[in-house]
Amino acid sequence: MAPMHIVVWVVEGTWQGCVDAAVQNFPADSRFTLLHVTPSDVTEAADAASIGLFGRGFPGRKPNRRFDDIADDEASSLLAAAADRLGHPDVEMLSWRGRVEREVVRAVAGGVDVLVVARDGDRSRLGPRSLGHATRFIVDHAPCAVMLVWPDETPGIDSIPPPKHGPKPPHPPHHHHEDR
Amino acid sequence: MPSALAETLAVLLLIATLGCAIVRPRGLPEAVVAVPAAALLLVLGVLPLGQAGTETRSLAPTIGFLAAVLVLANLCERYGLFEAAGSWMATGSRGRPVSLLALVFTAASVVTAVLSLDATVVLLTPVVFATVARLRLRAKPHVYACTHLANSASLLLPVSNLTNLLAFSASGLSFARFGATMALPWLAAIGVEWLVLRRFFAGDLVGHGETRDLRPLPVPVFAAIVVALTLVGFFVTSAFNVSPAFAALGGALLLAVPALVRRRTSIGDVAKSIDIPFLAFVLALGLVVKAISIHGLGSVVTHVVPGGAGLGSLLLIAVVAAVLANVINNLPAALLLLPAVSGAGAGPVLAVLIGVNTGPNLTYVGSLATLLWRRVLIRRGEELPIGEFLRLGALTVPPVLIATTVALWISLRLVG
Repeated sequence: MAPMHIVVWVVEGTWQGCVDAAVQNFPADSRFTLLHVTPSDVTEAADAASIGLFGRGFPGRKPNRRFDDIADDEASSLLAAAADRLGHPDVEMLSWRGRVEREVVRAVAGGVDVLVVARDGDRSRLGPRSLGHATRFIVDHAPCAVMLVWPDETPGIDSIPPPKHGPKPPHPPHHHHEDR
Repeated sequence: MPSALAETLAVLLLIATLGCAIVRPRGLPEAVVAVPAAALLLVLGVLPLGQAGTETRSLAPTIGFLAAVLVLANLCERYGLFEAAGSWMATGSRGRPVSLLALVFTAASVVTAVLSLDATVVLLTPVVFATVARLRLRAKPHVYACTHLANSASLLLPVSNLTNLLAFSASGLSFARFGATMALPWLAAIGVEWLVLRRFFAGDLVGHGETRDLRPLPVPVFAAIVVALTLVGFFVTSAFNVSPAFAALGGALLLAVPALVRRRTSIGDVAKSIDIPFLAFVLALGLVVKAISIHGLGSVVTHVVPGGAGLGSLLLIAVVAAVLANVINNLPAALLLLPAVSGAGAGPVLAVLIGVNTGPNLTYVGSLATLLWRRVLIRRGEELPIGEFLRLGALTVPPVLIATTVALWISLRLVG
């Protein structure tokens, strides 16, 4: 059987959990790809805000570093840290730029077995809104299996607030075992 | 020249002036079209010399004030004040994204209020971006906070925005009274932005920043003290009926001399930060708008814009100003609207300000015209990746407009 191809979406704030889940859940002979996407809207918004000032952006000032350069450096150091944590001898690293959710879906479009992504937002409770805008799109559209992990410790089942209306559950909730 | 013809010519020249400022052919300064346009109106007699003189005399102190603030902000950067702010945000947040966002809100609001929105956009935003990258957190909420607050947190003081300086001279308020009246609207704007951004970006405020390698930078104490003294100076000069521009000038000189001696900056750098072509552009734009005003559009504007200080009128004024700012950019919008309401007292003038300052968050480049041009510049087949920013603008601008105008209405009752 051909080795599995696993793509790990490396994103700031939650990447450690994704890398750990990839290590724990897939055979060591799998093919691993670490993917980071720099959101182009952030650099565009930061770059272009000065246009609204009608050119009074401190002329002659050469910015110490362009936003794109800062973002590129950060992406490569993040990918290196992720590869380090993965500890796999043969890992592919992709650093892309664009609309994050579209690029991630594009990256897993051919021959990828599993995409590993993490939940976003407040991690002290289960839901609601544990998927950010990009993650929601990716889970919705990815043309492969998606492994959705809690980036660190999984909150207990009792962190879900009780329903506002309707009868109370007949049994007290059982202790929940998360199987990743 | 018949008035209709004169009006048409002046409007065409305004369109050419703004068009050049937006397109910036070959990167030429905005003044390249604006100054000849104003000169042509003078030569043809569309704008009488007397009127031009009055307008120039009323704009000159404002332009001088702007120049001094730009120099001051530029020198603060040379002293490392913004780098220190970045370090303070990184260590103060202890790597927690929500704490970091709160500190970015604080820094952006204070920098915008004291050193103008220009300083936030050009000097603070890159530092915030680099700080977030160093912490390995997601940049989006923090960068968008900077660009939003540069506009909506520019309500507090006359120095916070060029439009404020124009309104300041139109309102006849003292520096202290301007600040006292706008304090509540300023806080309301920041509060609404916080509530919306905190929720909008809840998914991206995640994880824990990597703070291990952070070394806090020393605060440039001298620069910080000079900025604080300058701030006090704004209020003191104004209280003695001296233009607060002199306080800004004093602060700029206090920072410039030691920096020049220690070669932290050069005469050329200081001269460039004064930005003479831009100042010429502001003056020329003011003259072109004046020509339009006196040939009929002024009375139209006066009819369209209500003059009362009731809550309904203030809201209507703010909305009209916000719409106009989004069509033609906020600077010409302010130049066009302020004369029409300046006779009606401080309330309507400040309502115009709320509209032209907070409205531009609907687009991220200042106006629809600029946005459309930027779309033309993007290569065919690509799209401008700003859907989320436009959505955020649509979510924040209406509540900010309403909250700040209501706050202004209350404030006018308490202070005015």
